[in-house]
Amino acid sequence: MNLSYSAEYEQFRAEVRDFLAKNWSAEDAAAGPDTDSVAAMTGAFVRTDERATAFRQAAIDRGYLYRHVPRKYGGSEQASDPLKATIIAEEWKRSKAPFEIMGQGPSMLVPTLIEHGTDEQRDTLIKATLLGHIKWCQGYSEPNAGSDLASLRTRGVLDGDHWVVNGQKIWTSNAKEAQWMFALVRTEPEAPKHDGISYLLIEMNTPGIDVRPLRQMTGDSDFSEVFLENVRVPAKNIVGKRGQGWIVSRSTLKHERALIGNASLQRRTFDGLVMMAQAIEHHGKPAIKDPVIRHRLLELEARLLAAELHGYRLLTASARNEDTGIAGMVPKLYSTQLAYDISKLAMDVMGAGGLLAQGEPAAPAMGMFGTAYMWSLGILIAGGAANIQRNIIAERGLGMPRDARK
Amino acid sequence: MDFGLSQDQVMLKDTIRRWLEAECPTTRVRSIMESETGHDPALWRGLAELGVTGLQVPPAFGGSGLELLDVALAAEEMGAACTPGPFLASAMATAALLASNDAEAHQRWLPGIASGEVIATLALGEAQEVWDADELTVTATDATLTGEKPLVPYGALADLIVVAAKDASGPGLWLVERGAAGLTTTPLQGTDMTRRVASVSFAKTPAVKIASGRAAIDRARDAGLVLLAADAHGGSARCIDMTTKYALTREQFGQPIGAFQAVKHQLADMVTELEPGTSLWWYAAHAWDQIPDKAERHAALAKAHTTDLYDRVTRVSTELHGGIGFTWEYDLHLWFRRAIFDRSYLGSAATNRLRAADLAGW
Repeated sequence: MNLSYSAEYEQFRAEVRDFLAKNWSAEDAAAGPDTDSVAAMTGAFVRTDERATAFRQAAIDRGYLYRHVPRKYGGSEQASDPLKATIIAEEWKRSKAPFEIMGQGPSMLVPTLIEHGTDEQRDTLIKATLLGHIKWCQGYSEPNAGSDLASLRTRGVLDGDHWVVNGQKIWTSNAKEAQWMFALVRTEPEAPKHDGISYLLIEMNTPGIDVRPLRQMTGDSDFSEVFLENVRVPAKNIVGKRGQGWIVSRSTLKHERALIGNASLQRRTFDGLVMMAQAIEHHGKPAIKDPVIRHRLLELEARLLAAELHGYRLLTASARNEDTGIAGMVPKLYSTQLAYDISKLAMDVMGAGGLLAQGEPAAPAMGMFGTAYMWSLGILIAGGAANIQRNIIAERGLGMPRDARK
Repeated sequence: MDFGLSQDQVMLKDTIRRWLEAECPTTRVRSIMESETGHDPALWRGLAELGVTGLQVPPAFGGSGLELLDVALAAEEMGAACTPGPFLASAMATAALLASNDAEAHQRWLPGIASGEVIATLALGEAQEVWDADELTVTATDATLTGEKPLVPYGALADLIVVAAKDASGPGLWLVERGAAGLTTTPLQGTDMTRRVASVSFAKTPAVKIASGRAAIDRARDAGLVLLAADAHGGSARCIDMTTKYALTREQFGQPIGAFQAVKHQLADMVTELEPGTSLWWYAAHAWDQIPDKAERHAALAKAHTTDLYDRVTRVSTELHGGIGFTWEYDLHLWFRRAIFDRSYLGSAATNRLRAADLAGW
């Protein structure tokens, strides 16, 4: 076990700082557009202009971004090292430099293409995705296929060298902005339900696609309904074989749960909460001096540290090729509960200030914690609702009998 | 960066676990806990032969010279097996002795601790929830101690008591030997019958000072906090394991109760909290060994977190067992009681959290 920041890491930090000083100036940072609300929530800097792209490419060449993606696909192919990753994230934040593109493309699709894609798909799509030139949305859920995703009904019929796709997707995040969708489509209607699905890559400007934004409880519209009517998709845009889409999608979902299970969002919210609790006064004293708030804060800090260190443990296990077993199944459920409890304490620290919404200048911390409070409910549901996670943990992790399924 | 156990550490855990499974099943736990002293010299000798009593003792004094993390892995297995006896007491006293840097005391006591011949304990806490070195009232004057320590683990059995006390220059550590003049030890009936406590009072009791200042006291307390967290984790894991097996075999409504989502979800929630908790006390132990500026806060946070969870796990495990879980004959209450010790000793969860907040400067 070795987790101390040794001289090697201090040297690494100095190198990163030097790189940033030479490649990303304060003027560069100031020249960018403001980040949108979701990007601000997740800490993503979404600049994809030429300057940002050139910078990202330089950072990839130096081994600082996309460290888990092989060089030949446009990543920097570095050994997994959470301490270095932490140093990079801290220094990037300090310099307001363009970080890795967040979201479902780099986090979910890229690992899936690395695992199951064709050479052509990897060559044309991965690098452009990593640089933010292709934005992706995920076409999984349907109005009648939520937790029971494999019951999905959107149909794909092969017509010459094209799939003709008809159906409807829902809760599709970023569908308005995305150029491509990775989708699950029923192509083998006679097969048992899990064996009749294929994984298709669909360009969003294909005729027959109608995106209708949905407004979520936060008031924003980050997800949509997507209607597909006689959408013609080149036959080569299948990932994996016909009828194997479910297996391919499992690897994507695993990455989504890892994305949602990652505690970095919770860390940012927690650090913001501490700062706010020091700044806001209750009865003439900083809120953080209230023993009840202090106690809750420290209870949450232990859970947050447990989530972060658990990530280190899982990374170490995977670097050693050890099976993570049940330990690898719990991060999503753990961190979504934690996100809720952190944002709930933030609401209590704000007290009556919590009545004010994001966008209201008088709101404490610009009202971002109220939005985080609502988002904590969103991430509880996204990527497999909490009770589905509990079933998976109990059935696959603890060996309980499987629920009856039809 | 590496955050996992070494092969040696995995082997150490496995060796202790297998030995305890063979030598200390719950039938033996029960006979020891129902004995007068709560201590079985034969079991203790066996643990000493395994090397468990000398894990942190330097090789020059007959030990293995390992780190607190290794001691914590042993504590985890003892927690899982609900092993009765003075392991925690001895490990804390050893940490205190080592922190004292008193070469003469090392020479005199560490070989006996490593071989298991000497049973040592640490007398730290006092009445009114005093666990902090600056609040101690037991007082040293002219190489004697006077005052009371109301709850000392195995205080009535120990050959050597390492006492946290104060003199004119402030807090420090003193050694008191069994049978010393003015030393009175009174065994008390505890809820956890596998770790006995006694009240210990000193009336001008001869004592040898081995450390000045609060640093050695804090170091010993932090070692204790980490070991309590490890014990609690091992116990929680064992309760979840017992409950998982029970849910697979107990049938109601014509099927194993584990087929019901209500049961599945309670089990899943417990294991979801348990697994990340492992890393918290691993790291606290590692910080105690290697990252001094994080040691104190992490020990406090790990103890508070892990023992809080132990409380929930023992409750839910009992609930999921139904009536059988509430009986004396069924073993679950052994861990339920052990959880009470782990939670209460060395300060409540709230005490430790508030101290961690102070340490952060918040």
